[in-house]
Amino acid sequence: MLPISPSYLLYYLPLIIAISLVFGATRHENTKLILQHALQTGRWITGFMGTLFIIICILDWLL
Amino acid sequence: MKPQMTAETKNTILVDGERIDLRNRSLAALLAWLIPGAGHFYQGRHAKGVLFLVCILSAWILGFALGGGHVVYASWVPGDKRWHYFLQAGVGGAALPALLQAKLMKDSTTKDGETSRNYEPYWGGFMAPPLRPVEESAADEVSAWYARHGAGYEMGTWYTVIAGLLNILVIYDAYGGPLSVPISGKKKEEKESEEDADLKDSD
Repeated sequence: MLPISPSYLLYYLPLIIAISLVFGATRHENTKLILQHALQTGRWITGFMGTLFIIICILDWLL
Repeated sequence: MKPQMTAETKNTILVDGERIDLRNRSLAALLAWLIPGAGHFYQGRHAKGVLFLVCILSAWILGFALGGGHVVYASWVPGDKRWHYFLQAGVGGAALPALLQAKLMKDSTTKDGETSRNYEPYWGGFMAPPLRPVEESAADEVSAWYARHGAGYEMGTWYTVIAGLLNILVIYDAYGGPLSVPISGKKKEEKESEEDADLKDSD
């Protein structure tokens, strides 16, 4: 179903960790708040990307 | 939470209940650009300095390795306008060797747009631009890099670009303190209702 190897999706992991932590740390000073913000950012980006991924898969299946 | 300036000095801010002395802001921003996290070390914000250093340099080095060491180079000639470099340069010191290599390549390029035969890049070609000419329809050096590294070349380019962009946020954080958290969703409604209540009270 995927035109690429699923292992390519692993490239996503280090990137999302780096982005989420930097986003969190540029909005707070407190470590607990940084981690909370990072988790929220990671969840939001993953949800957004996942939704797009599903839409593209459905379109691919339909067309 | 929006950082608050205190009356003590214009360089001291209060964020999340912690008082932070930003010291010389311009110097901190310059250090943050040169080495991710260095500005925060200078300000005594060591934990954040380590976090930025590890996150940004890891993304940068990983991207550089995925692209076989050829994803970061400075070039602005027809056929090879490497706009990505402007974003990759957000990491500062790590991207500077590319400028020296670009200058050497410029000096070693003939009027016909070809690299002269006696061209020898510095440091074994580290961050050196591809040999001239670069043409979309020809089998040039850029095509060879793509062929050798496949998707890794694209991924490496994006990793280094994103690392550079993230460091711009870090530079801002070193200069002015944390960005304010956007007001969205439920919090926005709460704020609006608070403002409405304040208006009613004032009436």
